[in-house]
Amino acid sequence: MEVTVLLFAAHRELVGAHDMVVSLPDGATVRTLLVELRGRGGNWADLPLHGAVAVNRKYADGETVLSDGDEVALIPPVAGG
Amino acid sequence: MSWSDVTYDPIDSSDVLERVGTPEDGAVALFLGIVRNSNDDRPVAGMEYEGYADMAREQLAVIVTEAAERADSDRVAAVHRLGELAVGEVSVAIAVSAPHRGEAFDAARFVIEEIKTRLPIWKRERYLDGEAEWLEGHLPLAREGAP
Repeated sequence: MEVTVLLFAAHRELVGAHDMVVSLPDGATVRTLLVELRGRGGNWADLPLHGAVAVNRKYADGETVLSDGDEVALIPPVAGG
Repeated sequence: MSWSDVTYDPIDSSDVLERVGTPEDGAVALFLGIVRNSNDDRPVAGMEYEGYADMAREQLAVIVTEAAERADSDRVAAVHRLGELAVGEVSVAIAVSAPHRGEAFDAARFVIEEIKTRLPIWKRERYLDGEAEWLEGHLPLAREGAP
């Protein structure tokens, strides 16, 4: 399956990418995805394993199971206002 | 009717005020967040707000609905700005009307505090010396904003 990954702010600058499509095995979780991204090496390894994540625009956690076509956003600590 | 938005357009606070207020309301609270000219004694030139706009719009609607339930008033309006802002510009505007001042103040306070803890928005402060930094934020918890 494939999911779309979105990166923002400090994460976006860290790896130099805003959005990308990532292929994952069926049954993959948010944690699976984060391990895959961090495994790309270089600055990717500095993405947090336990940071906030949203799946289809709702906050999720590492155990959340992903589906084909999901939109997964890595959410750096937020600073609105 | 409650209302919320996340926008790249300048915020008109009088427009936000006009979205609340009914004949049974004796109190209107208006909160404005403004880009200020210094942070920790460092002169600030402006602020860049980056957002996950689609999610921020949905989350702000949830926050406004929760505020309306707490205030027992459906007159809650909130808008957050994204993009490049200069010192003095409005980054967020919140208006609440209710029969009495307590509910109005409380609901407005609730909305700004929740914005700071869970709206997916980030800000980079630009300083007069030419440098810029992402400001430290809050780690949103998974349960927040969950259906």
